[in-house]
Amino acid sequence: MALRTEEFQVNMGPHHPATHGVCRMVLTMDGEKVIKIEPVIGYLHRAIEKICENRTYPQCLPLMDRFEYVTSMATNQVFSMAAEKLAEIEVPERAEYLRVIMVELNRIASHLIFYGVTAMDLGAYTPFLYGLRERELILDLFEETCGQRLTYNYIRIGGVSKDILPGFDKKAHAALDTIEQKLEDYEGLLNENPIWLVRTKGVGVLPAEVAIQYGVSGPSLRASGVDYDIRRDDPYSVYHKFDWEVPTRQNGDTFDRYIQRLDEIRVSIKILRQAIDGLPEGDIKAKVKPKFKPKEGEVYNRIESARGEMGCHLVSDGTVKPVRVKLRGSSYNNLQAIPAFATNCMIADLVAIFATMDIILPECDR
Amino acid sequence: MIIAAGELYPIFEWAKELLTGLGLPEVWQHLIIYGALAAILFGTLSVFALFLVWWERKIAAHIQQRFGPMRVGWHGWYQTIMDAVKLLQKEDIRVAIRDKAVFFWAPVLCFVAAFLAYVVMPFGEGLIVADLNIGILYIMAVTTFTVIALLMAGWGSHNKYALLGGMRSAAQVVSYEVPMAVSLLAIVVFTGSLSMQDIVNSQSGYIWNWFIFKVPFGPIAFITYTIAAVAEANRVPFDIPEAESELVAGYNVEYSGMKFAMFFLAEFINLFTVSAIATTVFFGGWNGPLLPSWVWFLLKTFGIVLLMMLFRWTYPRLRVDQLMKFAWKFLVPVTFANLILAGIIKYYGWYW
Repeated sequence: MALRTEEFQVNMGPHHPATHGVCRMVLTMDGEKVIKIEPVIGYLHRAIEKICENRTYPQCLPLMDRFEYVTSMATNQVFSMAAEKLAEIEVPERAEYLRVIMVELNRIASHLIFYGVTAMDLGAYTPFLYGLRERELILDLFEETCGQRLTYNYIRIGGVSKDILPGFDKKAHAALDTIEQKLEDYEGLLNENPIWLVRTKGVGVLPAEVAIQYGVSGPSLRASGVDYDIRRDDPYSVYHKFDWEVPTRQNGDTFDRYIQRLDEIRVSIKILRQAIDGLPEGDIKAKVKPKFKPKEGEVYNRIESARGEMGCHLVSDGTVKPVRVKLRGSSYNNLQAIPAFATNCMIADLVAIFATMDIILPECDR
Repeated sequence: MIIAAGELYPIFEWAKELLTGLGLPEVWQHLIIYGALAAILFGTLSVFALFLVWWERKIAAHIQQRFGPMRVGWHGWYQTIMDAVKLLQKEDIRVAIRDKAVFFWAPVLCFVAAFLAYVVMPFGEGLIVADLNIGILYIMAVTTFTVIALLMAGWGSHNKYALLGGMRSAAQVVSYEVPMAVSLLAIVVFTGSLSMQDIVNSQSGYIWNWFIFKVPFGPIAFITYTIAAVAEANRVPFDIPEAESELVAGYNVEYSGMKFAMFFLAEFINLFTVSAIATTVFFGGWNGPLLPSWVWFLLKTFGIVLLMMLFRWTYPRLRVDQLMKFAWKFLVPVTFANLILAGIIKYYGWYW
C-alpha cells in the first residue's frame, strides 16, 4: 500500500525567533523541505512617509530614527542630505567628518548585531552575547556624544546636533582596537568550526544576476561578487578623502555573506581611524532656519547603509513641509529576493539565509 | 536477593527484620522496601536535575560573560526550585483540538522513561537498586522510550512545528541509538558481562584499569559514545528536535506549566543518565581512592556533564540531513570497526 503524502503550509512568523522582527513567511513544505516561500510584510507599518508630509523638514528627523533603528545614524544622514540638496545648504567640513565617524561606528554596531543573531539562528547562542558586548563600546560613545543609545537624532539638516566631547578620539581608538582584536576571536570561534562550515558553505547561493535583477544591495550583493559600493561609486560626504577599498567575495553563499560583513567591519575601522585622526576644526552646523522653505522641485539622495542602498526621495512645493517623502529601504529588496534563490532549501537553511541577508523589518514596512 | 551487597545491605536487613517483626507477608515487605528505594531515587534525581539546570545556567552565563541567576540565595542557588514551584502553579494551557490522551501521556512517559535507567545504575559500592544481569542492555532499551514520548508530544499537540520536532527527534534518536549501543558493546565484549556491577568491578584498582586507558579501543569508544550520547540527550550540536530558531521549541511548543517542566527535567535527567553510563563504562564507575565511592561516581559524572555543557554553549547546530549523514556514514562504520578491533584484541589477549 502506498502511503499518501501531502504538502503542508507553515506560517513562519509574525512571531518567530528567527524572523528578527515581525515578518511572516508562508512556507509550503514537503517534510523538511521548503518548496515555496511567500514573505508577508506590513506588521510594522507605521506610515512614516505619510506622517512626514504633515511635518516641517527638521521635524521629520526623529521619525527617520524609527525608519531603521539598527543604523539610525544612516537614516538621519540620508534624510538630512536630501533636504540639504533640496534647500542648497552647505555643510561644514567638520560636520561631514563627524557624520562619517558616527555612521561608520553605527555600521560596525549593526554588523556586530548581525554576527550575533546569525550565530544564534544557526544554534550557537554564545556569539550573540559577544557581539552585543562589543557593540556596547560603540553605544557608550554615542551616549556620551548625543545622549541616546538607539534613536540618536544626531545628524541634523546642515550638520550635526552636538560636537564630540574632549577625549572622544582616545575612547574611540580604544574601542576600535578592542573590536579589531575581538574580531579575531569571533573568527576563531566560528570560521573553522566544521559544523559552522557545513551549515553555511554552499548554502543559499545568491547568483550575481539574480541579485542585480531583484535590486539586492549592500554586503549581500558584494558577497555575490558584484563590486558596487555607493560610498565609492557615487561618492558623497568625505569618503573620497580616505584610503580604503571595497571588499568583495565570490561565491554568494551564506558563508560569504557572513564573512563579507566581518570584512566590512575592518574596512569601517580603517576609515574611522583616518577620520578621527584627520578631524578638522570648524563649525559643526550650518545656519539653517527651523522653518526653511526649499525651492520647488524634487531630489533623490542615496547612501550606503549597513544593509545596502538607502534612499530618500523628497518632493517640495516651496512650503515648509515636504509634499511627498519616499524612503527606499534595502531590506525590502533584499527580502523580495529570498524566494527567488532560497526555494527548495531545508527549513534550517532558510533560517540561515534569512539571517545572513540581514533583513530588518522596520525598514521593509516603514 | 536482587539488592546488591555492600554499604546498603545492613539497612535492608534491618528494615526486613523490622517488617517481619510487624508480621507482614513477604510480598508486602518487598513492596515497601522497593517503594522506599524508588522514593529515595526519585528525590535524589530530582535534586540532581534541579541542580543541573542551575549549573547549566551558571556555566552558560560565565561562558558568555554574564552572571546568570544571582538574586535568590547565594549565587541564585535556589532559582530553579523557585522556577519549579512557579511552573507547578501555572495554568495548564491546552490546545482545544489536541489528541487528548496522547497529549496528556507524552510528558508522563517522557518523565518515567528518564528514571527507568536508574534501576541498574551503580551509584556506589553496593548502592544499586537491582544488579540485573542484562544491566546495560536494559538501559539501552528503556532510554529509547523517550523517543516515543517525544513523538507522542509532537503528534498530540496538533501543531506543525511540534510535529516536525517530533519527527526529527524520532529520526535522530533512533539513528544515534545504533552507534551508542555499539560503542558500549566494545566494552561489553571485553568484560564478557552486561551487568553494570561487573563492568565496574572489572575496572577496580588503579586509574589505568579504567577502560578508557586500559584498552586501545577505549578512547575511540568513549568519543563515539559521547557524540551519540549528546545526540541522545537532544543537546547542541544535535538539538534539532527543539531547534528554537527553526521550530520555535519543537515538540514541547504547546506544553506549559508542569507538563513543560516534566519535559524539561526529563531532559536534564537524560543528560545525567548518559553521563553516568559513560562514567560506569569508561571511567571506572565508583572506583577511586580515599573518598566514599558515591562521591567518586558523582564527581566523574558531573565532569562529563560539564563537558557536554561546554559543547552546548560553544557549537552551532547541525542540519537534520547532515545529522543523519554523520550518524550513518561516519559514526556507525567507526563504531563497528571499533567493535571488531575490540574482538580481535580480546581474542588474542593484546592487553595488560
